[in-house]
Amino acid sequence: MEALSLPAALSLVAGGGAGLSPERRAGLGPDRAAPRSRLYSLNCLDWSLLTPATKEMLALIEQVKGRFQGDPSFEYNLSEINAEAAARLIESGKEPVIKEEARLIATIEQIDRAVGIVPRGAFVKTPLGPVHENRHFEGLSLVEAKKLSSYFHFTEPVNLKNKTLLEKADLDPSTDFLDSLEHDIPRGSWSIQLEKGGTVVVLRSLLWLGLTFYHVPTTKQFGYVYFGTGEKNLDLPFML
Amino acid sequence: MDTLRDEHLIPPTFEAAEKCKALFVKEGGEEEHEEVEEEMGQPSLPNVMETAFYFEQAGIGLNKDESYYIFLALKNLINLHPIQTCRFWGKILGLEMNYIIAEVQLREGEEEEEIEEEGEGSIAEGEKELGEGEEEEEQKEKEAEPPKSTYKPPPEIPREANGTGTNKYVYFVCNEPGKPWMKLPPVTPAQIVCARKIKKFFTGRLDAPVVTFPPFPGNEANYLRAQIARISAGTHVSPTGFYQFAEEDEEEEGADTYEENPEFEPPPVVEMVESLTMWAHHVKGILNQGRCSWINPSQKSEENEEEDEEEEEEEGEEQQEERGPPLLTVISEDEDIPAWTAQASTNLIPQYSIAILQSNRWPGAYAFASGRKFENIYFGWGHKYSSESHTPALPLPAQTEFPTGPEITETVDPTVEEEMAFKVAQEEALAEAEEEEDEEGEDD
Repeated sequence: MEALSLPAALSLVAGGGAGLSPERRAGLGPDRAAPRSRLYSLNCLDWSLLTPATKEMLALIEQVKGRFQGDPSFEYNLSEINAEAAARLIESGKEPVIKEEARLIATIEQIDRAVGIVPRGAFVKTPLGPVHENRHFEGLSLVEAKKLSSYFHFTEPVNLKNKTLLEKADLDPSTDFLDSLEHDIPRGSWSIQLEKGGTVVVLRSLLWLGLTFYHVPTTKQFGYVYFGTGEKNLDLPFML
Repeated sequence: MDTLRDEHLIPPTFEAAEKCKALFVKEGGEEEHEEVEEEMGQPSLPNVMETAFYFEQAGIGLNKDESYYIFLALKNLINLHPIQTCRFWGKILGLEMNYIIAEVQLREGEEEEEIEEEGEGSIAEGEKELGEGEEEEEQKEKEAEPPKSTYKPPPEIPREANGTGTNKYVYFVCNEPGKPWMKLPPVTPAQIVCARKIKKFFTGRLDAPVVTFPPFPGNEANYLRAQIARISAGTHVSPTGFYQFAEEDEEEEGADTYEENPEFEPPPVVEMVESLTMWAHHVKGILNQGRCSWINPSQKSEENEEEDEEEEEEEGEEQQEERGPPLLTVISEDEDIPAWTAQASTNLIPQYSIAILQSNRWPGAYAFASGRKFENIYFGWGHKYSSESHTPALPLPAQTEFPTGPEITETVDPTVEEEMAFKVAQEEALAEAEEEEDEEGEDD
């Protein structure tokens, strides 16, 4: 999602009750250094770059539960949480702690991978491999916008190879190269609603509570924002 | 020539706009309106836009358009129903549709009529049942009745009367501003107790069933009402001293009513943010029983066991929580996180900054205070936060079977030959007995 469109996005996403105060909004700007590099800030004025997530980080933060503290240098003591992981770290010569910054990086990566979605047709894949924005994308139609199958996860596809040949024949390889939301487990982990009298379609993830995706049908506007505590909703199967 | 005509598709935006248009119509009949106002004083329509502005300073809230639609919808609600005070409580998100909730106090006298109507309805039903029961009893006398079970369910804890405790306010919900407001039924302690054990998303339809274990006594409207009651009891706070007791003698049980303190001086924002003792609950907490005030369920049962009553009275004293204004403290009881996070809205312009509280126990509950103004609101999914995962209640252990004994063990039926042999043996025995009697008779 483009940072420039964030203020407009906020008004579309505010159906969930979350937003940014005017002070914070004023501080945002075109801050992206490169595609998919992430910056974080505590007050929307001073931004720090986040390093890309490593697999170790992703594995380690599964152990850490509870809310974020708000202090990026806060250290979670691993030996209290999981003695084995702590032992492994000590063996490799590092201290058995996880910094909150690492937890933040890994959580953002998890959220993006699990529930970062885009509408179908917004991105095209060229035969050589790289993925581009589709400049001819004019938005989904109203009928399509209400279906879960019109939205894709913006990560490496997992289910595509498992489809039968018949299904694959219907796909258009330039636009259908990602996993759609239809086959997400558990079923029903997305709430799809039309808001503002049907002008905006809003998808809310139930797995990561607080992730809101918006799209204005028949226009190019779409994007997703996350406002929340940064914890996965593991109780989801009980709640549906 | 193309004789097919394109079907004119009405876009959903048009239909939605039609519904919202109803909100914008100014109410006619101004004479009646003025009379009503003179009688009852001012029905207080809350200034939703002002509240929305303050919450926006904290980054919380809905779109301005949506806030305005809610404002108009509340005005409609006040005109339709006899309402004394009204407040925008918040918005609960659902899977298919969301809920917009208004907290309302009805005028006295209006609620009693409703209860009477319900009472009459139930009396009529009771008479019908008696009539049917008599017929059934006559039939049953002819047939053998199965053994009656000796199981007596635990006495049902009665719900609190309208206007007190958990039922102090009446709640109206609608899915979108412009749609009709539906009144939520009052909440019973059993529903609150069950709602504490389950965790379910709301679908957005009030008549949807809530399928859980332990089985929830009611449908989604009841579950929604129970969650609203829990959230209100847990997160509605006001600056300390804003409310005071009506009487000077503070009675623990009778302290249900409070009034605004006219001598309240609002403390500066910095103090309100730094120390949580400046905030106090103004809603009674809900006990484990599911009510705000303890009731002894064994008072209604006929069995008089003194031991039980004494025990329950002791429990009652322990559980009676002292109501407010109790002080919110930073030390929280059960969970490892503080119950509230306080911050000021801005550090750059301290004259106009406001104090904001976010609840950590009920994510989505916020409160702000600025001078004499304060407000609580909720935007969220309607669930409590717990750092542990939700573990559903396990099913009860299988009940023990009836103890087997020789009386009820099955034996093989006797065959025809055995029956005939038995009959022959009986007849022989009878014949012998008659011969003996005849012989004795002859002797006499």
